[in-house]
Amino acid sequence: MLHTPSPPFAGQYDLAVIGAGVVGCAVARRFALAGAKVVVIEKGADILSGASKANSAILHTGFDAPPGSLELELVKAGRAEYLAIRESLGLPLVETGALVCAWNAAEADKLDAIAAQGRANGIEELRLLSGAEARATMPGLAERLVAAIEVAGEHIIDPWTAPLAYLTQAVALGAHLLRDAELIEGRFDGDWTLTTSTGTLRAAAVVNAAGLYGDVVDARLGFEPDFEIRPRKGQFVVLDKAAFAHLPRIVLPVPTEITKGVVVCPTAFGNVLIGPTAEEQEDRTRATVETGALEALLARGAEIVPALAGIPVTAVYAGLRPATESKAYRVIARADRRAITLGGIRSTGLSAALGLAGHALRLHEGFGLPATAPATPPTLCLPNLTETRERDWQRPDHGEIVCHCELVTRREIEATFDSPVPPGDFGGLRRRTRAGMGRCQGFYCNARLAEMTKGRLKEPLAVGEREE
Amino acid sequence: MNAPFESTSADVIVVGGGPAGVAAAMELRRRGIARVLLLDREPELGGATRHCAHSPFGMREFSRVYLGAAYGRRLAAEATRAGVELRTGYSVVRLESGGRLEVASPAGVGTLSARRILIATGARETPRSARLIPGDRPLGIVTTGTLQSYVAFHGLMPFRRPLIVGSELVSQSALFTCLTHGARPVAMIEPGPHALARAPFAWFPRLMGVPFHVGADITDIRGAARVEEVTIRLADGSPRTLACDGVLLTGRFTPESALFRQSTLGVDPGSAGPAIDQDGRSQDPLVFAGGNLLRAVETGGWAFREGRAVGRALAEDLARGSEANAPTPVDFETPIKLVVPSLLRAGANAAPAFPDFQLRMARAASGRLSLEIDGREVWARAGTWWPERRILVPIPPGATRAGSVRFRFREGQ
Repeated sequence: MLHTPSPPFAGQYDLAVIGAGVVGCAVARRFALAGAKVVVIEKGADILSGASKANSAILHTGFDAPPGSLELELVKAGRAEYLAIRESLGLPLVETGALVCAWNAAEADKLDAIAAQGRANGIEELRLLSGAEARATMPGLAERLVAAIEVAGEHIIDPWTAPLAYLTQAVALGAHLLRDAELIEGRFDGDWTLTTSTGTLRAAAVVNAAGLYGDVVDARLGFEPDFEIRPRKGQFVVLDKAAFAHLPRIVLPVPTEITKGVVVCPTAFGNVLIGPTAEEQEDRTRATVETGALEALLARGAEIVPALAGIPVTAVYAGLRPATESKAYRVIARADRRAITLGGIRSTGLSAALGLAGHALRLHEGFGLPATAPATPPTLCLPNLTETRERDWQRPDHGEIVCHCELVTRREIEATFDSPVPPGDFGGLRRRTRAGMGRCQGFYCNARLAEMTKGRLKEPLAVGEREE
Repeated sequence: MNAPFESTSADVIVVGGGPAGVAAAMELRRRGIARVLLLDREPELGGATRHCAHSPFGMREFSRVYLGAAYGRRLAAEATRAGVELRTGYSVVRLESGGRLEVASPAGVGTLSARRILIATGARETPRSARLIPGDRPLGIVTTGTLQSYVAFHGLMPFRRPLIVGSELVSQSALFTCLTHGARPVAMIEPGPHALARAPFAWFPRLMGVPFHVGADITDIRGAARVEEVTIRLADGSPRTLACDGVLLTGRFTPESALFRQSTLGVDPGSAGPAIDQDGRSQDPLVFAGGNLLRAVETGGWAFREGRAVGRALAEDLARGSEANAPTPVDFETPIKLVVPSLLRAGANAAPAFPDFQLRMARAASGRLSLEIDGREVWARAGTWWPERRILVPIPPGATRAGSVRFRFREGQ
């Protein structure tokens, strides 16, 4: 069945979260756990449809975050909470560790400073390695490696199931998700009246977690925007699972002022990721891939790990990061208007999301609203999609394997439509099940998926019946 | 985790129920191999022929013409009559050494083992991602196989006004599928300088009133939910933007060789399929391969005959005992794209499964193609060769005992 907006709520919400990206989902969970009646207002047909759908899937330590920054504090807090709750939510963690690799003398000269900053940031598990020592831990690295820093705590996670779990917990506690609901205007008269493209609602407080539209949403809430989003595009290439054996660890470059640079990294799904590029652009909606950039990423990957040359491409994608004119997170609390803006959350958003949510709750406590009674976290376990744990196809009576490349079962696909936060579009179905995400990209399963999802997605896969 | 078939073992397990796999399984039975198990992950046999509603199948092997789905049913009936044990809905997830397969079925997972394994998993088209096509990534960008599955299995259409990319034989079939099921392609483009299909097939788009551009590439795809327009660059460099609701990527077949790629055997860089010797035997002498997995792509009839030949060689191998001599690799020079078989093994069957080397060129090339065995030229021919067209060179007697085998190409001679 086509997802319908949650039933209208007659009363006033305690909190409206604008944006169902990873930060919005984490905020909804944190406030729902604190006992608040939460509504999440999402412009897209599904959650994670903006910046959050495309990232490197790394759970960062914060070793390279600006010392003393809010970003560092929230990355560390978010990571700690992820590690604390992941078992109870069934979320994966693949303990890869990372190597910051210096490929020439100039880069090697920067390693001492990076290690010192990492230690100053409270990350003790850092080791300076010679090129040979680093290659001993990962033999696939190119021989010209000069030196590296091992950061044992950098790990990989499933970047889509984690935020889905946050929101699923919130929904289990009574939160509402409104989809296809764009915030048009907010007026504060002691409480908020929020006009969306699908109706009007009242809330005591708002959190702007609108990602690429953070500045636009601040303006629609009637604020003089304190920052301007300058989208930074990142293109990625995903290699076939045959690449995974060559890449037991995350390979980070020595970062520049502008970007963390191109990462070569295993994924929790058993692939290898190369990216992102860092391209400034005006457009907030188009995240195109470009042949030349993708070829350059492939070449870069093969320079770093020569065995990657010739391994076929499984997928390509691109995302926009909500960068602003400054590197720092743009966190603004306006107590007089009971509004919090979580803006400019770039690459570290996946790691910092739970930290940002906790921070927002603390800021909210300063608004002088009556306290709510904390709720008990509902137990739930999201379906595992990663290769490091048992998958559904390994259990009997799964119906059939629908997607052969990613071994997605009919039972998994049906279950996701019956879940508290069912997919709203095909991208959402792919992120929840991995159907169609594999090496054939739907050659075998796309038609079957079109049939199975008939009437259940906002934009159907098929445009209609065939004619004779 | 339960293992519903942990103790199952067979003489031969054939993986893949398309024409090659079925032909091999039937030939094995015909030659007296007792227990031949045929696995397919789909619910029906037939492989890619299942959704090909238009190509004529079965002319040579069954002396009559079938549409794809009926051909699959004929294969299943013939295989059953031959005494092949059929298991559909079985996915092989890992190829292990020692003749073992890790298998998933609706009943659970387990290990199957056999004295020999024959992999015939066929080929598929290269998707948009691996072609590194630029632009947005909305709905409506599919391959011929996907379109034909929409039409044949589900009565659906993924688009009404697609742009078709490619000009192989399958591209003409894709165009026909569109025209007969209510889709009107806006144009057909071929990145290369010529149509890849031979005349008269290459004339088909223009006969049907569909503009056909050679030397044209996609430079951008726009669309939020679905494809809305595609910009192409024509051969003269000029851009053209076409309003359309889909992109149909045809051809550029690639072997479905994940089982080899993810095993220690790997794949041949030229063909992207497993390296095999003149009997279809891989680097692991217990594992054989045949059909379009070897070198995408030939017709169903070709795959059937090749599967039958590998089945015969495998039966002889079982009778004689495993052939474990170290193989000699077949080398080749650019612009040769692939050579199958790419290994030769001494002491194998008197009549090999592959009487000829199959070659293809990476691009159109004129020049002199030659074969050297132990440094001595034993075959040569000058001419013009087109990409994706088969070149056959007889495997000379005695070549299997050679220390070096090399194809050379001298351009312009």
